Amino acid sequence: MNIIEKLEQDHVAKVMADKQIPDFRPGDTLKIDVRVVEGKRERIQAFEGVCIARASKGLNSNFTIRKLSYGEGVERVFPLYSPNVDKITVLRHGRVRRAKLYYLRGLTGKAARITERKDFHLKAKKAG
Amino acid sequence: MRTGLIGKKVGMTRVFGEGGRHIPVTVIKVEECQVVAQRTNDRDGYTAVQLGVGSAKAKNTSKAMRGHFAKAKVEPKRKLVEFRVSEDAMVPLGAEIVTSHFIDGQKVDLTGTSKGKGFAGAMKRHNFGGMRATHGVSISHRAHGSTGQCQDPGKVFKGKKMAGHMGDEQVTIQNLEIVSTDDDAGLILVKGAVPGAKENWVIIQDAVKKALPKDLPMPAALRAEEAPVEEEKVEAASEEAVVEETVEAEAPVADAEDSSKENKE
Repeated sequence: MNIIEKLEQDHVAKVMADKQIPDFRPGDTLKIDVRVVEGKRERIQAFEGVCIARASKGLNSNFTIRKLSYGEGVERVFPLYSPNVDKITVLRHGRVRRAKLYYLRGLTGKAARITERKDFHLKAKKAG
Repeated sequence: MRTGLIGKKVGMTRVFGEGGRHIPVTVIKVEECQVVAQRTNDRDGYTAVQLGVGSAKAKNTSKAMRGHFAKAKVEPKRKLVEFRVSEDAMVPLGAEIVTSHFIDGQKVDLTGTSKGKGFAGAMKRHNFGGMRATHGVSISHRAHGSTGQCQDPGKVFKGKKMAGHMGDEQVTIQNLEIVSTDDDAGLILVKGAVPGAKENWVIIQDAVKKALPKDLPMPAALRAEEAPVEEEKVEAASEEAVVEETVEAEAPVADAEDSSKENKE
């Protein structure tokens, strides 16, 4: 195997040893617990919003979360395997027909709604 | 002054360091870096070690070079580089230097050959501004402009920055930080970018402009397990066994001393 690929795989395995990443897709509403260091104190800050994009590229995988903060759109890109991403919780599964939901950037309120994915439990049962 | 190491640039990746900080790293592979020759004050008037790295086919190695490698009892090497060392940092012939020669957090200087850019214009080569896109400029949007004065001095001064060959030259980057090393895989991770393309030879040395850390392995970090493996080989070999054993006997002693020193530290 390629040396770099192996290094990255080992690094992912190391990060994943004490962490679990749930199955989530673009359109899902997530809560990300982010480790924040203020001076010497470390605390957890939550960032809640819709996942509008995912990039799966090994150690460099990332996902984009968009939320509205006081009427202003805020987007944040998280590295999936960063130790600073403490925990990812899926709050709601959304049904979307795109892999990248960049069209949400132009929409607010009612137009930016995403319907809930209902088939999720059925699929999970089938798979199980 | 310790010896450096010869490696091959593998590529770049990232590492999540302390506090989740993202560190861009260049991976450098060191393949069986062994001492091929020594330069001594008595014979050469200076002290240095010649290191060889990689492995070359014996059939593609010239007879003269085969003799040179045979003297140190090492396999033919792909690349040879000489490193000036102080007398107390001399490394025994045939000893293999491992990547833990450099310790984490240490600063190093890296020398490589930059990627060749061919014949490059003044804008790319010397960061000239070029000319305007409009306002009457014709055909010379990326030209360098004036190259000097008039009849007096009547020539273009030497060293005038102009278009020409760019890249494919030796470049040294100073004070890059060692992120981690791996003896078994022979890998060194260095923070930041390193000159040259992948598969490029790179020379790594202790930083000249930074004080050396105290717990550096002196004179070098040598592979410890090498001795028993070599002895088995010697037994397998038939006639040369006697000759080789006498030389081999010195190397393991030095190795053992080194490892004990490291343990104390």
